[in-house]
Amino acid sequence: MTTLLRVEHLSMRFGGLMAVDDLSFDVRRGDITALIGPNGAGKTTVFNCITGFYKPTSGRIAMSPQGAIDGARLDALTRSGARGGGGLYLLERMPDHEITREARVARTFQNIRLFAGMTALENLVVAQHKPLMRASLFSLAGLVGAPSFRAAEQAAKDKARMWLDRIGLTRRADDPAGALPYGDQRRLEIARAMCADPVLLCLDEPAAGLNPKESADLNALLRSIRADGTSLLLIEHDMSVVMEISDHVVVLDYGRKIADGAPAQIRSDPSVIAAYLGVPDEEVAAVEQEIGA
Amino acid sequence: MAGATQPGPPASGRPGNGPNAGWKPVAPALADAARYGLIAGALAFPILALRAEPDFSNKLVLQPRWSWMLFAALGAFLIRLVFALAPARAARPKPTAAEAPSAGARTATKAFAAFGLGIIVAWPFIVLLTLGPSGALKWIDNYGIQILIYVMLGWGLNIVVGLAGLLDLGYVAFYAVGAYAYALLATNYGVSFWLCLPLAGILAAFWGILLGFPVLRLRGDYLAIVTLAFGEIIRVVLVNFSALTNGDAGIASIPRVTFFGLPFVAGPKGFAAWFGIPFSPIHRVVFLYYLILILALVTNLVTLRLRRLPIGRAWEALREDEIACRSLGLDTTKIKLTAFSLGAMFGGFAGAFFAVRQGFVSPSSFNFVESATILAIVVLGGRGSQIGVAAAAIAIVGGSELLRELDFLKQVFGDNFDPTQYRMLLVGLAMVVMMNWRPRGFVSSRSPTIFLGERRAISADLVQEGRG
Repeated sequence: MTTLLRVEHLSMRFGGLMAVDDLSFDVRRGDITALIGPNGAGKTTVFNCITGFYKPTSGRIAMSPQGAIDGARLDALTRSGARGGGGLYLLERMPDHEITREARVARTFQNIRLFAGMTALENLVVAQHKPLMRASLFSLAGLVGAPSFRAAEQAAKDKARMWLDRIGLTRRADDPAGALPYGDQRRLEIARAMCADPVLLCLDEPAAGLNPKESADLNALLRSIRADGTSLLLIEHDMSVVMEISDHVVVLDYGRKIADGAPAQIRSDPSVIAAYLGVPDEEVAAVEQEIGA
Repeated sequence: MAGATQPGPPASGRPGNGPNAGWKPVAPALADAARYGLIAGALAFPILALRAEPDFSNKLVLQPRWSWMLFAALGAFLIRLVFALAPARAARPKPTAAEAPSAGARTATKAFAAFGLGIIVAWPFIVLLTLGPSGALKWIDNYGIQILIYVMLGWGLNIVVGLAGLLDLGYVAFYAVGAYAYALLATNYGVSFWLCLPLAGILAAFWGILLGFPVLRLRGDYLAIVTLAFGEIIRVVLVNFSALTNGDAGIASIPRVTFFGLPFVAGPKGFAAWFGIPFSPIHRVVFLYYLILILALVTNLVTLRLRRLPIGRAWEALREDEIACRSLGLDTTKIKLTAFSLGAMFGGFAGAFFAVRQGFVSPSSFNFVESATILAIVVLGGRGSQIGVAAAAIAIVGGSELLRELDFLKQVFGDNFDPTQYRMLLVGLAMVVMMNWRPRGFVSSRSPTIFLGERRAISADLVQEGRG
């Protein structure tokens, strides 16, 4: 399996606080990668760096939407000072909207950010801005109602309809997003991000506040998204979700990576257990010495 | 004058909303009303009771008007008493998320809109037939053209404030750019109005982009302050750049509008002679009326169309949540700039029309009050609603014009009473009452731009107002 996203020596400092400290990890194509850790470990900060909402203090974030990440070409690109080239993008150099459009990374938010006053359908159509804008020739063809634009709009509507079917919200397509129940809003936000046509979908706590039934539905949805060829990176607190669906887990604590591996391996990692359950500092040091961290 | 002296909106202190509450007990209501009366009296003391008049030697002499103060206090007391005693209104049912108007209601709305448009199109002829050419002039000019200018300005600003949710307090700057563009090009180079009209729009759009760049990172209150400053800068430049703009004196004798080359003059080469009808100054006014009507309708048509295009949806998405927009690959910079420049463009068109109608422009026509009026029209009408903005323009501009016609009040209050003095007071009061009654404007619901099953209006509770 090829590497889709590579985070190298990522650091993010807010004044005196080192929120992320020299973090490196890979996201492989076709995987569901989980980023876990106690509250305040810096998970959302990593997300914000990857999706361009923060500019990292230092480090490199490379994304390859189509091919694989090749070390030599990546170094050449880094030296060239360009944002991207040859199917390779350096996300820390790109503004957020280009990361979604060019590098094809989409995200959802911990506190749901739907367009509350627009209908569920409109939310999904707004996410298809790029192809629609092109079809409307920057509104000129759209203003005169050209048939090519009508066709593109119908295609956007069909795609939105397909996603509404998939998340079971077709009946509520014309209801404002803000009026939907919480669980539906979560699924709609995922569908909206998918309408932006990403290769990597970043989900910030998708299962937060869901009941067990909704949580199980969500797992099925995420698996089906992966089966369709979109890789996932998710932040999650719910360990049952993490252990059930993820292929690869990265554990953060105080901004540093403390473990990285398959779920089964993570589950038995003493430093992860220590970070989650909390043990006196000497014991952590002892544990760390034991495992050679 | 009870209406003008009352200190606050009568609806502000509505008694409790308990359902099935009967008439209230008298004693607390009396106490409450007495409190209101006292406050009104205290406020009326400096405002109404103390009046300074110059005497023969031009010295100011205090003439107390205690009766006025008493009336104010008594008026407030009585009004409050009625409100305090009245049975509480049953709590209004909260509007459901999506209120689906019945098919009948929708046809009724459509019929009403068609009827309104018919009246507007036929307005000059209705007035001409009923009042004759001399009496009609005022009704076409002051009520027709004046209102339509503000309708167009309101629709232009609605793109920026209503759709994109960017609070712009300096919109009048673009109006000024359009007006001066026509005034300068026509007086200096003799460029015709029909060429200047698009030029004025383009120039205003250009200034819209210029304003847009520095304010892209600002939101909410900060954006409002900077746009306010921009409006003032343009006005101050117009005042001080005398070499170009002739300063405060303004630019006079701007070429008047022609009927596609035919001037509206009495001579043999005029419009009337060409068509073989007797000359009348009303021809020009009627032509101007239809010109601004067409300009306004074009503004409306383009805005309604754009709203259903990706760019319009992006504007509304920007108003709803800017961060989510960015996460979906929308370039918020471009989206804001297009909103600013398109709104400015329509302001520029309206400005060019203003210049050709007046034949004279000066900086005093473009002060902050104009911006505030246009913004008030958009907010009162309901941000984002085209029909609401039109209704608000008619209410605010037409209403404040109508208040000039209060001469009959002299028969009530005596010849010394000057009703025009209370015009703006009444306009302000009406707006306070309106905004209490409908805080989100006349038309607060939002109509979706695309739908699978049925288009249903979205309640204002869910629609965001935008944070810049």
